[in-house]
Amino acid sequence: MAWIKRHLIAFAALAVLVYMLVPNIVVAVFSFNEPKGKFNYSFNEFSTAAWTNPCGTQGICESLGLSLQIGLIASITAAILGSMIAFALGRYRFRGRSATNLLIFMPMATPEVVMGSSLLTLFLALGVPSGEGAILIAHIMFCVSFVVVAVKARVATLDPKLEEAAADLGANPTQTFLRVTLPLAAPGIAAGTLLAFSLSFDDYIITNFNASPSSITFPMFVWGATARGVPVQVYVIGTVMFLLALLFVVTGQVIGKRRNRQVA
Amino acid sequence: MAESGVLPTAPTSASPSTPRAAGPLAEPRKRRNWVPYALLLPGMLWLVVFFVLPMITLGSQSLQEGNVDDGYVFTGNVGIYVDAFQQYWPQMVRSLLYAGSATVLALLLGYPLAYFIAQKAGRWKNVVLVLVVAPFFTSFLIRTLAWRTILSDDWFITQWARKLHITDLLQAVGLTSNDSLLFSQFAVIMGLTYNFLPFMILPLYTSLERLDPRLLEAAGDLYASPWQTFRKVTWPLSLPGVVAGTLLTFIPAAGDFINARLLGNTQTTMLGSVIDAQFLRVLDYPLAAALSFIMLLTIVTMVTIYVRKAGTEELL
Repeated sequence: MAWIKRHLIAFAALAVLVYMLVPNIVVAVFSFNEPKGKFNYSFNEFSTAAWTNPCGTQGICESLGLSLQIGLIASITAAILGSMIAFALGRYRFRGRSATNLLIFMPMATPEVVMGSSLLTLFLALGVPSGEGAILIAHIMFCVSFVVVAVKARVATLDPKLEEAAADLGANPTQTFLRVTLPLAAPGIAAGTLLAFSLSFDDYIITNFNASPSSITFPMFVWGATARGVPVQVYVIGTVMFLLALLFVVTGQVIGKRRNRQVA
Repeated sequence: MAESGVLPTAPTSASPSTPRAAGPLAEPRKRRNWVPYALLLPGMLWLVVFFVLPMITLGSQSLQEGNVDDGYVFTGNVGIYVDAFQQYWPQMVRSLLYAGSATVLALLLGYPLAYFIAQKAGRWKNVVLVLVVAPFFTSFLIRTLAWRTILSDDWFITQWARKLHITDLLQAVGLTSNDSLLFSQFAVIMGLTYNFLPFMILPLYTSLERLDPRLLEAAGDLYASPWQTFRKVTWPLSLPGVVAGTLLTFIPAAGDFINARLLGNTQTTMLGSVIDAQFLRVLDYPLAAALSFIMLLTIVTMVTIYVRKAGTEELL
């Protein structure tokens, strides 16, 4: 009894972790299901059909390709714009700082429905057609703030003395930035880009406001499928994404540890 | 943030052997003045044009009259806001209520886990952190769909809940309308809690990690009970994380409609769903814009009051 009491927090933590992970396990298990009807909600029979034929449902791989493309362009653009802002905030003193911070914070504190619908009114007013371009604009917009937060956190932990040392050793500002600041800030930029990619890849609500019938992203495909029955392939892709994310995060941590050891 | 109080100090590069802890207080170097503005310009321009400007067109759209085919004219029709309130106040109240319940639940569930990772996990820390973040990288929609399986009638959870009379209890308090768990207020609130839990745990973890375990020992040495230690030491020191976490959970939950649509029924529609439908299916742009503007103003007001009350501005 005393043992249970001492580890109460650990048990509570474990229970919450289970709650957070059960859906992923269910998705993985159901990717091996051969559903009885059109809805993949109860387990019927083991099958690897969906795994051997992941593009077996019409439109699924096209939508996946579009989402990957949008995610890549949006996250890289947001990474560049966001890192620049983060460097300005982390390394310079200038007027208008608090206004900048507020503008960075606002998109993270605005519900997606509001951002998506307000952007739609702008595009309607300007006559911008909905579709891939509009989706990209929207995704870059909501990703920038998250990159700023990730990179700023990293820049704040960097010792400015290292940059000063580079300058003292005769490096010009460009050299200092490319050889010292950028490599040191790289883990933050990588984390920010990865976060931006996953936000873009996963977004349904904002995308839906700016998409056209010819620009169906993967989340839009899944949403459309909920009404007529979700194909098992969706569960396969969900599982692959989970495993890839796990791999990315673990590799990132291993690289981070190795780098730290080298520095020390 | 601490940047406002930065004092310019003399360059100390002559003594590189005495490294000082770098932090937000480390002095930013003086260089040409235009550099920070040049760095800010592209990103800020993007946010002004595609985030601030749309808020203005949204407000303007709500005060226009007309239709999709003939176009819209600005008439300053403020009455639309009265209509919006009269027609959709139940959905507005519901959104705030569901998001509020999900936020409280996420705090209750997230706090022990965040505390465990920050203070107790030891060498398991990184593993648990990865497990908290990893689901976040998998599609939100697919994970929400998985709850349809988990809460379905033929799965053991509903079966056990029936045996233990939990379904009766939920029905008695009005969270479900029959002896199923799925397609009910219960399922929607549970789904919202689940989906936004990582947003609660990460800021909580950040502030609990900074907590010096020696403070907790000191409290114990001074004869504080575990509960008193929590009330007087742990909780106050984790407040910045609590504020950030509750905001990051409440805001997206209040605007969400995916959980309400996938796990709820026609009686659990949230405001986000109405905005979505009015904009994209009914095509009543002024009403949709008014509803969206109401949501924005409500949340901005609530967040401002909350942050003032909590007395912390350490959000970033």
